[in-house]
Amino acid sequence: MAMSQTNLASVQSAPSVAAAEPDVAVSARQISKTYGEVEALRSLSLEFPRGQLTSLLGPSGCGKTTLLKIVAGLLEPDSGEILVNGKAVTGPGPDRAFVFQDFALLPWASVIRNVAFGLELRGVAKSEREDVARKYIGNVGLAGFENAYPHELSGGMRQRVGLARALSVDADVLLMDEPFSAVDEQTRRKFQEDLLSLVQNENKTFIFVTHSIEEAVYVSDQIAILLPRPSRVLEVIRPSGFRDSGAVNIRRDPEYLDIVDKIWASLRSYVE
Amino acid sequence: MISRSLVLKLLSAVLVFGAWEIAGRVPVSYAFPTFLESMTALVAMTLDGTLFAAYAETLQPLVIGVLISAFLGIGIGVWIGLSTKFEWLFSPIFIVMQAAPLAALIPLLVMAYGIGLTSKVFVVCIMAMPVIVLNTAGAVRNTPASIKEMARSFLAKDSDVILKIIIPAASPVIFSGLRLGVSAGFIGAILSELKITPTGVGDIITYSRSIADYPSMYAAIFSIILLAVLFLNVLEKLEHIFFGGNHRGYVSD
Ligand SMILES: Nc1ncnc2c1ncn2[C@@H]1O[C@H](COP(=O)(O)OP(=O)(O)OP(=O)(O)O)[C@@H](O)[C@H]1O
Ligand SMILES: [Mg+2]
Repeated sequence: MAMSQTNLASVQSAPSVAAAEPDVAVSARQISKTYGEVEALRSLSLEFPRGQLTSLLGPSGCGKTTLLKIVAGLLEPDSGEILVNGKAVTGPGPDRAFVFQDFALLPWASVIRNVAFGLELRGVAKSEREDVARKYIGNVGLAGFENAYPHELSGGMRQRVGLARALSVDADVLLMDEPFSAVDEQTRRKFQEDLLSLVQNENKTFIFVTHSIEEAVYVSDQIAILLPRPSRVLEVIRPSGFRDSGAVNIRRDPEYLDIVDKIWASLRSYVE
Repeated sequence: MISRSLVLKLLSAVLVFGAWEIAGRVPVSYAFPTFLESMTALVAMTLDGTLFAAYAETLQPLVIGVLISAFLGIGIGVWIGLSTKFEWLFSPIFIVMQAAPLAALIPLLVMAYGIGLTSKVFVVCIMAMPVIVLNTAGAVRNTPASIKEMARSFLAKDSDVILKIIIPAASPVIFSGLRLGVSAGFIGAILSELKITPTGVGDIITYSRSIADYPSMYAAIFSIILLAVLFLNVLEKLEHIFFGGNHRGYVSD
């Protein structure tokens, strides 16, 4: 296997719970995917520990969205399989929810209907699903915009609608495709902090796609660095030393800075 | 805003009718009556009931044909749009139907179905259906893939994807197809009355031309245009009632 596990977590600071075998929520086994001529993924294997956030970090066009859609059951891999909670994925399921890179909101539906859409498809009664939707609209900071339409919102607000929609179906695994790409730097930092507390408070497994090394290191329990096409996992990094130093201090932590440098060092050769 | 668009509509009406009146007075042709003469004839025909009797005839093939075209056309269009196989099979038929010179087909229809209502309904359908089918099929096929994918990821059944994603997304284009189809249906209804048997409004047009009563002829033509415009406005209102939000700008980025 072309995959080397680099464990940066120093032994003494490793959390005591992660003893022998970490509980794996999702595992990708030998996934290959080719679009016509383009070989997007080649024999990619990766495990996603339960209750943690794993980032997929890699250059544009390397197949991050493709991998995420295969995990979601929206695309079939040419070979290999995805296991979610030990069961092979054959299509979309209630255990996974997707936050789309391009939001994928219904332009003719209000924010509240968009957020409740996943529940609507599951046949949840209108008043009940709107209560749930209202709660998550509040959680993502869009209270007051329940009856607005997507075209009346900014890019960042639309993205939050997509996030609220994914949260409201209460899936075990959240698949987030560059969920913060459409927001300004300040909002982005705010979202990253929110995401950290989301990971802590909700017992969900997050798979998070990003282009940004800093963002990946800041929010992740585990970072998978993907190579350019055909994509494989170059390395898996598990930063853990600075996790407890508090949201504000992470960016000043020496280990944080080390990991950012190290990832840049291993990626830079592929950028040229 | 509303009053402004109303003012603009009135203004354009005044301009058109003014031009008509002037052209009639010049006169462009001895067979071209003025606007006021035509309106007088229209009022006369309305008052003595000929117009109502005529429309009772004309509206039959029109309404039946338009209803058939709308329901069948949208149904077939959705079907063609959903399946590449049926597109390959059916879309050429409707493209040919749209391009076919209708006047040449009418004798064939008359041979097959006689000179009664059936032939006229056919003419209306041939005029109205292709644009409805082709617009619907195109709109269905062009539904943004990303929202279909989104629906599938949130466990939509195929019927959900059609009813909650494809139809609402396609509705603006479907309705514009309906509007074009309905206007074409009006043309078909009048054409069938001119070419098959002169009845209804077609009869007024043919008859008044034969006795050189041009104001009545133009009044009949004017009335059918007026009716078409009214009908299209009703259709627009219906669209607004059923799919009010769908025109809210498409969010792409
Ligand atoms: N539907 C498709 N048909 C053909 N090729 C595709 C399709 N989707 C993706 N690809 C190709 O597969 C490769 C991987 O695409 P993917 O969208 O997974 O990249 P990505 O890592 O998400 O990129 P980005 O960071 O820019 O979003 C790209 O080179 C793209 O050209
Ligand atoms: Mg992508």
